[in-house]
Amino acid sequence: MDHFTPWSSLSGGILIGLGTVILLLFNGRLAGISGIAGGLLSPGRGDILWRVVFLSGLIVGAALYYRAFDGAPVARRDFPVWLLALAGALVGFGTSLGSGCTSGHGVCGLGRLSPRSAVATAIFLVTGIATTYVVRHWLGIY
Amino acid sequence: MDRLLSALAAGLVFGVGLALSGMTHAEKVLGFLDVSGRWDPSLLFVLGGAVGVTLVAFRYVLRRDAAVLGEEFRLPVTADIDRPLIVGAVVFGIGWGIAGYCPGPGLALLAAPSWETWVFVPAFFVGGALHRAFGPARG
Repeated sequence: MDHFTPWSSLSGGILIGLGTVILLLFNGRLAGISGIAGGLLSPGRGDILWRVVFLSGLIVGAALYYRAFDGAPVARRDFPVWLLALAGALVGFGTSLGSGCTSGHGVCGLGRLSPRSAVATAIFLVTGIATTYVVRHWLGIY
Repeated sequence: MDRLLSALAAGLVFGVGLALSGMTHAEKVLGFLDVSGRWDPSLLFVLGGAVGVTLVAFRYVLRRDAAVLGEEFRLPVTADIDRPLIVGAVVFGIGWGIAGYCPGPGLALLAAPSWETWVFVPAFFVGGALHRAFGPARG
């Protein structure tokens, strides 16, 4: 992938926003991915299927894009398995505790001008930047 | 049925957007978070594009009494900036900064599965389940 991709990133962002608007306009739900996925862990009655369908659409949408444009990501070869597992667990735990992720707090929350989401977004951005610095430049892991 | 079709459409558009934006590439995300390296500001354009759309469209959508298919809008009721919100965002930020995957791109790994998929996706659900089972109340 080319280094700086303003147009594809902006267009992709607009589509992410549109998908979010479709879900709110038609289903009355905010497209926070951690919330939609996490809801599968403690589902209420009649509350499972739309989550599965939305997330399947997300996966199929990405797959269709890769098929059309051959842009599928390639797995890192030397990244430690245990570290990726730890990261996944932290992402799952943290987004459950903090009630949102980049889509829930970032895209939806900022769109609603929620101060709570603005604080969360600033915190996970700053923490993410600091963590990446430590992992790459102190630990030398890429 | 209509609700499932609209959820499917929303998911498809979201997924195409994720892939097009570059966010499903962990190295691209980490290239944005690594401000000391060869910094790639592309993710600001992703966020800008997405929030630009929601910022304008939500104002009109939320003027309605209910969603088009009749359901009530389910919006967060908490407005507090409390400890779980802050701690949760820190924990999430650490995981994101390590892996380069937030939940959407993490689940989109299933679109082109590799070893990373079978490590990250189960770990994500285990982390969420651990919080629900043992963790403090959510923010």
